[in-house]
Amino acid sequence: MNAPIIAVDAVSKQFRGGTRALDGLTLAIPTGAVYGLLGPNGAGKTTLIRILATLLRPDSGIVRVAGHDVVRHPARVRECIGLAGQFAAVDDHLTGRENIAMIGRLYGLSRRETARRAADVVDRIHLADAADRQVKTYSGGMRRRIDLAASLIGRPQVLFLDEPTAGVDPTSRQDLWHLVRDLAAEGTTVLLTTQYLDEADQLADRIAVIDHGRLLTEGTATELKDRTGGAVVELDLPAQQRQAAMTALEPLAPRHDHDRDRIVLPAPDGALTLRDALRLLDHAELTPTDVALHRPTLDDVFLTLTRHTAPELAGRSA
Amino acid sequence: MTTTASAHRRGRAFVHTGVITRRNLLANVRLPDVLILSTVQPVVFMLMFLYVFGGAIQAALPTAAHGEYIYWLIPGILAQSAVFGSAPTAYGLNNDRTNGVLDRFRSLPMARSAVLTGRTLSDLIRNTFILGLQLAVGIALGFRWHNGLGGMLAAMGVALAFGFACSRLMAYLGLTIRNTEAIQAAIYMVVFPMTLTSSVFLPTQTMPGWLQAFAEHQPITVIANALRGLTLGQGALPALLIRGFGVRVPGGAPVLSRPYSHLAMRL
Repeated sequence: MNAPIIAVDAVSKQFRGGTRALDGLTLAIPTGAVYGLLGPNGAGKTTLIRILATLLRPDSGIVRVAGHDVVRHPARVRECIGLAGQFAAVDDHLTGRENIAMIGRLYGLSRRETARRAADVVDRIHLADAADRQVKTYSGGMRRRIDLAASLIGRPQVLFLDEPTAGVDPTSRQDLWHLVRDLAAEGTTVLLTTQYLDEADQLADRIAVIDHGRLLTEGTATELKDRTGGAVVELDLPAQQRQAAMTALEPLAPRHDHDRDRIVLPAPDGALTLRDALRLLDHAELTPTDVALHRPTLDDVFLTLTRHTAPELAGRSA
Repeated sequence: MTTTASAHRRGRAFVHTGVITRRNLLANVRLPDVLILSTVQPVVFMLMFLYVFGGAIQAALPTAAHGEYIYWLIPGILAQSAVFGSAPTAYGLNNDRTNGVLDRFRSLPMARSAVLTGRTLSDLIRNTFILGLQLAVGIALGFRWHNGLGGMLAAMGVALAFGFACSRLMAYLGLTIRNTEAIQAAIYMVVFPMTLTSSVFLPTQTMPGWLQAFAEHQPITVIANALRGLTLGQGALPALLIRGFGVRVPGGAPVLSRPYSHLAMRL
C-alpha cells in the first residue's frame, strides 16, 4: 500500500448544538486510491470532507492532506485539493465554460492557461457542445459534470466529491463514474461520500463505513463482505405465511428484509444452511415461492453494521 | 523576499476581486428580470411620490426647494435608493452560501478578501447605474442642481459611499442569518421605517416632537440633507448639519470595517 496522502488521526468535532459529528475518527487514505466514505445521514461524512477541505476546524486530532496540516497550513492544503460539494455550486447565469474558467482564475492560473485547460476539461466531460450555453439550460447531470470539471481545472492531487451522483440520471452517473476512474488512473486521489452502496462497490478501491462520527469498519469491498459473514439465503413466501416461517426458521437467526420483502438468513455453511432452511420450512408445512443463495452485497454489510441506527438508509440504496 | 510575496498576494487579491466582481455583475446583465425589476421599482417609487404627494406637500417645503417638490424629493430619493440598493448584497451572499458557492471559493487557494470585496464592489457599480438612472429621470422631469456640477457629483459620491457602507452591513446580515426570508424580513423591518421616518419624502418639522428628535438625527436624514445641501446650495439646510456630516462619515468607516474584517475571517 502506498503512503497515505490523507491522514486523519483521532479527529473530533462537536457542533454548538451539542451534536458530536466526529468522535475520535482515524483514517489513512492511500495515494491514488478511490476511497469511499459510507454512512447514514448525520454519520459525519460531510463534516469530515469539510475539515479536509479546510472549511471547518477540528476540535482535536491531526489532519494532514498531501503532507500539510489543515489547521496550520490551510493555504497549502488548498493548493492541492479540489472540492465538489453536495450541491452543484455553479452559476446559472454563466456558461459552462465561464464557470470552469472562473475557478481556473481563482486557482491562480493565467488567462491563457485557464482557457487552454478549460477547453481540455470540457472535452473530458463530454460537454464541448453545450459549454457555451448558460448553465440554466442544463440538466441536473450536466450541472454536476460542470461542477466536477471546475474542480479539475486546478489539477488537484486530491479530489473531494460529496455525494457526486445524488439525484443524477443513470447515464450521467455512468459518465461520472468513468471520469472518476480515469482520474484515479492518472494518479488523482479521490475521496467520495455516497449513499449508493453499489456506487461504492463499483468505484471505490477501499471503503470506510462510519456512523456517529466513528469508524465502524474499513477495507476493500470484498473484505467488508467477507467480514459480514459470507453468503446468505433469501426466501420469499406468501405474506400470510411469513410470520409462521419466521418462527419456524428461528434456529437459523432469520431477519425480514422489509425492502425486498424477503426473509434473509446468514448462511455460513452455504448450501447446507439452505438445506436446513428448506427442511425447517417443510416441517412447518410452508413452501417458499422463491429461494436464493448469494454472497452478501454491500447493502448487507451496511445494514449489519448500522442496523440499530438507520435501517431506512439501506433501503434507499439500490 | 517578504515584500515580493506580499506584493504578489496583493496582486492576486486584485485579480480575484476582479473575477468575482465580474461574475456578480454578469448576473445583473444576464438575468434581465432582476435588472429590470431593480431599476423600474425605484423609478416608479419616485414618480409615485412625486405625483401623489407632490401637490399636497408643496406648501410645507423650505424655501431652498424653490417651491417645487421635485427639488426636495430627488436628493432624498437618491439617499433612499442607496440604502435599498444595498439589500442585494445580503441576498447575493446568502445565495452563494446556500448554493455551496462560498464553500467552493473557500476551498480554493484564492484571496479570502475577494469574495466580500467583489460582492460589495459589484453592488456599488450596480447602485451607480440605478442612481444615475434615477437622476436622469429626475432631470427629465424638471430637477436642476443649483450648486454647480461639482456639487451634484459630490452628492452622487456621498450617496454611493453611503450605499457602500450599507452594503457592508448587509454583508453581515447575509452571512449571519441563514434563512432568506428572515433576511428579507430583517431588512424591510429596518429599512422601511427608517426611510419613512427620515426627511427623504417630507420635511421632519411636521412630525411630533419625540419622532422629530429621532428623524432629525438618523443616518438617512443626515445623508438626504447632505445631498440637498450639495445639490441645492447652503440655503437648503442649516450650515451646522452639513459640517456635521463631514465629521460623521469618516468617523463611521472604522466602525463599519470591524464587522467586515470579522467576516473576512469567518470566510
